[in-house]
Amino acid sequence: MSLQTELKPMQELPMAQSSEPCCGPPLEPPSKQYEKAGYAVSPYTKSFIKKANRYIPQIKTNLCLGDRLGSIRVRLGVNRSAYKIPPGIYCTGTPDHDSPVLVSANYKLSFDTLRSELKEVACWILVLDTRGVNVWCAAGKKTFSTDELIRQVKECNIEQLVLHRDLIVPQLGAPGISAHQVKKECGFKITWGPIRARDIQHFLANDRKPWAAMREMTFTVMERLVLIPLEIVLTIRPVLIILALLLLVSGINNDIFSFDQALIRWPFIAGGLGLGLFGGTVLVPLFLPWIPGRSFYLKGLITGLSCVLPLTLLKLNSLQPFEHLAIIMTALGISSYAAMNFTGATPFTSPSGVEKEMRRGIPLQIICCLIALAAWVTTPFLGI
Amino acid sequence: MKTFRYLENVSTLLLDQEGCIGCGMCTAVCPHQVFTMENKKSSIQDLDACIECGACASNCPVAVITVTPGVGCASYIIQTWIKGRDAVIECC
Ligand code: SF4
Ligand code: SF4
Repeated sequence: MSLQTELKPMQELPMAQSSEPCCGPPLEPPSKQYEKAGYAVSPYTKSFIKKANRYIPQIKTNLCLGDRLGSIRVRLGVNRSAYKIPPGIYCTGTPDHDSPVLVSANYKLSFDTLRSELKEVACWILVLDTRGVNVWCAAGKKTFSTDELIRQVKECNIEQLVLHRDLIVPQLGAPGISAHQVKKECGFKITWGPIRARDIQHFLANDRKPWAAMREMTFTVMERLVLIPLEIVLTIRPVLIILALLLLVSGINNDIFSFDQALIRWPFIAGGLGLGLFGGTVLVPLFLPWIPGRSFYLKGLITGLSCVLPLTLLKLNSLQPFEHLAIIMTALGISSYAAMNFTGATPFTSPSGVEKEMRRGIPLQIICCLIALAAWVTTPFLGI
Repeated sequence: MKTFRYLENVSTLLLDQEGCIGCGMCTAVCPHQVFTMENKKSSIQDLDACIECGACASNCPVAVITVTPGVGCASYIIQTWIKGRDAVIECC
């Protein structure tokens, strides 16, 4: 019963050929039924299939350059919040009333990952309105929720599209969704799908039974690597402010303030800050399993120290002992704090644990920064 | 997750084994394999792997699991300290 309508921008119109062109360019083909006033066809839509008296977008399963650039953009943290697609029902291939219904979030990066894994799979994709946030985070924030799932099932009339009453929901959505309530309120049974989209084909082929590896979270070097750019980008604004303040305090002396002195001293303390940031935002994620300690603030202290020690060992003669101390303490405090912040991006830290280490880590970081500040500011007054 | 272990004895996860009906839902949703099923009863076998995501608690049909769910993220927690638990918080 499905009617395939290919999206072809141009069509040969006999009339346009025979008659002389008059005012304006040659005639475009007549508008398709799925074209609606005020709507545009998205680039990832291949065509539309007609089912139950409506047109459902059939999406492409290969990513184009724009999709890849978009992924890089959000990984760099540029305009992350605008990276979403309209919620609702989509499909891949030519699904029928027995095809599986996969549930997903409306973060475009998640959507792209999912569809690129659905080559030669005919299925329905029900996209929930998670405000452009991925399944895991959205489930934690309860936008990927029981209510939203029920709402979309009803809104999209899934009952008209399929005869079965099964939904495949990614297992990572489980914190937000209560399977027995969904079943009670809209009659659909939830099967928990694999954690990673790349397992979805095997999962479907394996009678919708996940095997152990599909249900286990991982945090591989690659998975950690892609998080680093964002960790760095998120620090830019506070870092600029701190750098400005450091410039200011570097110039304080007996004559209140000397700009020349500020310019000479500032690069060193800024270097301590930079090394601390490198230790906390790059080295900690990268070498996470091999850095000793379980608390992230401790891991950050270790990487911060290993970054800054070579600098102080260089025996920069122009620096006083107090200044060395200040540089080390800056690097330690910043690295520890940045490392502690990385807990939010890892899939194995519990909020109780993070809170516990913060109660120890934050006072320590504050002490490091205060020592650094005191040592840095007093040096010019010591008259050495 | 065997390669990554976090702090010990901090999870707020509790299971009342008496009421468990052995449906196995908790073992299906937990991303860190915290539960095992023995003789049609679920039990906590790896408490320290729990990340308090709340998936098990919201999917136990007889509500015998409790956990204080939250987001394991430092900047999120700092904001709850400053603005209070129920505030609207910008995060990940
Ligand atoms: S809260 Fe999450 S990690 Fe902890 S036992 Fe439940 S499902 Fe597993
Ligand atoms: S979900 Fe609840 S009832 Fe089912 S096995 Fe787990 S604890 Fe028992």
